[in-house]
Amino acid sequence: MRKFLESERPAWTELENLLDKLEAEPNWRMDLAQLKHFHYLYERTSADLGKMVTFSSEPETRRHLEALVARAYGEIHESREKAHRLRPLHWFFVLFPQTFRRHIRAFWLSVAVTLAGCVFGGAALALDPDAKPVLLPFEHLQISPAERVSREEKATHDRMAGVKGTFSSELMTHNTQVSIFTLALGATWGVGTILMLFYNGVILGAVSTDYILGGQTKFLVGWLLPHGSFEIPAILIAGQAGFILGRALIGWGRRASLRSRLQAVSQDLVILIFGVSAMLVWAGLIEGFFSQYHEPVISYSVKILFGLTELGLLALLLAKSGSASATKTPEAGSP
Amino acid sequence: MNASRVSTLVIRTPEGIAFSLPLACPVTRSIAWLIDAACIAAVMSLVRSVLGLVNLINADLGASLTVLAYFAAQIGYGMMCEWFWRGQTVGKRVLRLRVVDARGLRLQFNQVALRNLIRVLDALPAFYLVGGTASLLSPRAQRLGDLVANTIVVRNPRTPEPDLDQLLSGKFNSLREYPHLEARLRQRVSPEEARLALQSLLRRDQLELQARLDLFEPLAAHLRSLVVFPPEASEGITAEQYVRNVVDILFRPRVSPVNPNLSA
Repeated sequence: MRKFLESERPAWTELENLLDKLEAEPNWRMDLAQLKHFHYLYERTSADLGKMVTFSSEPETRRHLEALVARAYGEIHESREKAHRLRPLHWFFVLFPQTFRRHIRAFWLSVAVTLAGCVFGGAALALDPDAKPVLLPFEHLQISPAERVSREEKATHDRMAGVKGTFSSELMTHNTQVSIFTLALGATWGVGTILMLFYNGVILGAVSTDYILGGQTKFLVGWLLPHGSFEIPAILIAGQAGFILGRALIGWGRRASLRSRLQAVSQDLVILIFGVSAMLVWAGLIEGFFSQYHEPVISYSVKILFGLTELGLLALLLAKSGSASATKTPEAGSP
Repeated sequence: MNASRVSTLVIRTPEGIAFSLPLACPVTRSIAWLIDAACIAAVMSLVRSVLGLVNLINADLGASLTVLAYFAAQIGYGMMCEWFWRGQTVGKRVLRLRVVDARGLRLQFNQVALRNLIRVLDALPAFYLVGGTASLLSPRAQRLGDLVANTIVVRNPRTPEPDLDQLLSGKFNSLREYPHLEARLRQRVSPEEARLALQSLLRRDQLELQARLDLFEPLAAHLRSLVVFPPEASEGITAEQYVRNVVDILFRPRVSPVNPNLSA
């Protein structure tokens, strides 16, 4: 036993040092000779562990070897690509749109559920105006649209002065939290995501109907479009991510195991939700610093034109960006 | 996955070797989370103090940065710590826990991100009730975030190499004066008895004086009964020293053949 320990210990120490270096320097790449030697050390330590199992008098050494083999196993058998250095532009302009397009059906489902909520909310408010406090439980939406437009247009002072930054930050963080929650609710097999999107749709539909019926369509579009052109698609993409997760959990018609299905979509979920967060940062800035100003400060036409331009650029990004370098990876999670 | 709850996850490698990862229990994980919550609170208190200076220049900017910093700390703390410390946060470090891939492979960033994003669901409705319940019901003690990210939380996967030299060296061993009895002792002591004797010595410092006597006296008596050494070799030494001498004989050969050149 002593001879065995003395002869093998240097190999274990060398393997441990290599593992420490790999963990401390994630970008370190071994050349072929180093890789071969690393593999040799792993196999030798594995063989030693196999021998140690027969020595009941050495439980501590066996545990030490188990820990070493476990760490080396993770490095040797890992076939997934190592994380690259942070490339935010590549990620936002290439990976994000590619991932979005790969799961486009989940996005359309997200749109459909939200539209169903819009129709329900709009119809409920149109048929029963007294339900407004229930459908829109927000203080600033309780007054009539005409009264609000009149107040906004006749305002003599900037009500956002000194709070624009705080307001903007609160919007960013709140909307990002809602988006993360919408994604996480995919873990309820997508049921929670449906409820979340439907509820958002109800509010959007009720507000829109309230202002359209009140004859304030131009104000409504000028108010919502500048930030909504990013905010609403962001929530829809969060819903898309929730549905991708739900579908992976349910696994309709797919033979892959639950673990494989989840593994196949996990990277896409993270790409989508980080893309959503970036969109919501922009939406928060626009809502805090631009959307809350109306005529005569900023003309509605300018606001609508700005919003339409944003929407067009976003559509272009999601539909076309990254097409040239598109990978031929099949839809993640598909059979 | 086993249907029943397990305390360790056994992974078999293609080389035919099995190694086990001891799973962390929900209680330990809760304590680690409390430590992390305290860390986040401390970080936020520090950030608030720093941003107090910004407030003096521009109150809106100060308040805005505070909101963003609070959010970043809530969402990013677990993600950043677990990514840069390879599966550990401050709480997990203190309690020697680590997040690892459920197949024993290297932890990926998307796994770390996902398990921390799903935390919002695990934390519902309060005090991690959903996550705690999932963890109790899961055979591998996984909360929802772990299930989705395919991760597990294990206890202390790295163990130090035992130092037998320090435990046994530097003491005169009277039993070695009788090589034929020494050989007979090696033959008669079973691996289980040898392991028991070694573990008793390794853990001696964790025992009270009386407990140590209660342990070593019957153990030494048993070892004395296996091979009877002459009185001049075995009398006059304590029970613990007798066990130490026996372990020395069992685990260390008479001549230590050292060949460090075999490693490469």
